[in-house]
Amino acid sequence: MRATVLVRPKAGILDPQGEAVGGSLRKLEFPVTRARVGRLVDLELETADPVEARVQVERMCAELLANPLIESVEIHVEGE
Amino acid sequence: MTESHPTIAVVVFPGSNDDRDAALALETLGADARLVWHADLELPAGTAGVVLPGGFAYGDYLRCGAIARFAPVMDAVREFALDGGPVLGICNGFQILCEAGLLPGILRRNAQLEFICRDVPVRVEQTETTFTASCTVGDELVIPVKHGEGNWFADAPLLDDLEARGQVVLRYVADVNGAFGRVAGVANEAGNILGLMPHPEHAVDPLLGPTGGVPLLRGLIAAASDRLSAFG
Repeated sequence: MRATVLVRPKAGILDPQGEAVGGSLRKLEFPVTRARVGRLVDLELETADPVEARVQVERMCAELLANPLIESVEIHVEGE
Repeated sequence: MTESHPTIAVVVFPGSNDDRDAALALETLGADARLVWHADLELPAGTAGVVLPGGFAYGDYLRCGAIARFAPVMDAVREFALDGGPVLGICNGFQILCEAGLLPGILRRNAQLEFICRDVPVRVEQTETTFTASCTVGDELVIPVKHGEGNWFADAPLLDDLEARGQVVLRYVADVNGAFGRVAGVANEAGNILGLMPHPEHAVDPLLGPTGGVPLLRGLIAAASDRLSAFG
């Protein structure tokens, strides 16, 4: 089954990439007040059980996909 | 391997590019440097010090150092470090030690979003570490930096703890990359593991520029010699 992880820079953490993207959008005259840039990870898992899938993905986030010091995660599991 | 020429392992990850410079600098200063492949399960017999060199291990995919910390050799490095062995992480090596949880904090993209490559002065803030034992607090060492992700970060309570425990070892004299507290190098609490963004291995030969890296590398070699004489 499929799961998606959204990794975002934590609120309050300086996001230089987002600042640059926001600045560029404003230069193009888009009315943007803030931009934050994160990362999206699409996963295909062997399990067909959404509860088991969420447990697995939470562990993946803790061990590799995000660094809790500066990033927050949002997990979406198909069929939940 | 002798007490005066201790064996220091320089780990080579796919994407390391300062491994040979680190080995050359260590050899010049009197160590027996050995390049060790990331897929090895053990450090060479008699290893008395470890350097994780600069570069872009595993392409810096996901986050700098996030993949390299799972390299097979890292279990041996962790064991060596937790046993009190001197471990120096330079630039990408610093990033790997942070991701491995052996050092506090994390290195983020430089605040100005530019790759920075120049000589910078760093101030020695702590001399009770393996690497700065021969320095005096307040010494300024000029050492080059060359990085895109050197912007060290810890949250304010963590930085306060590190300052209180004397783990902030090197600080940029002026802001370089946005690093919180202008931190250029941090150590573990015991002082045997140091990570820093500047490159001491590029600052050992007066013919090529500043020599601010010499005391740090000599500190590593001296600690490695002590370890050999202590453990036989």
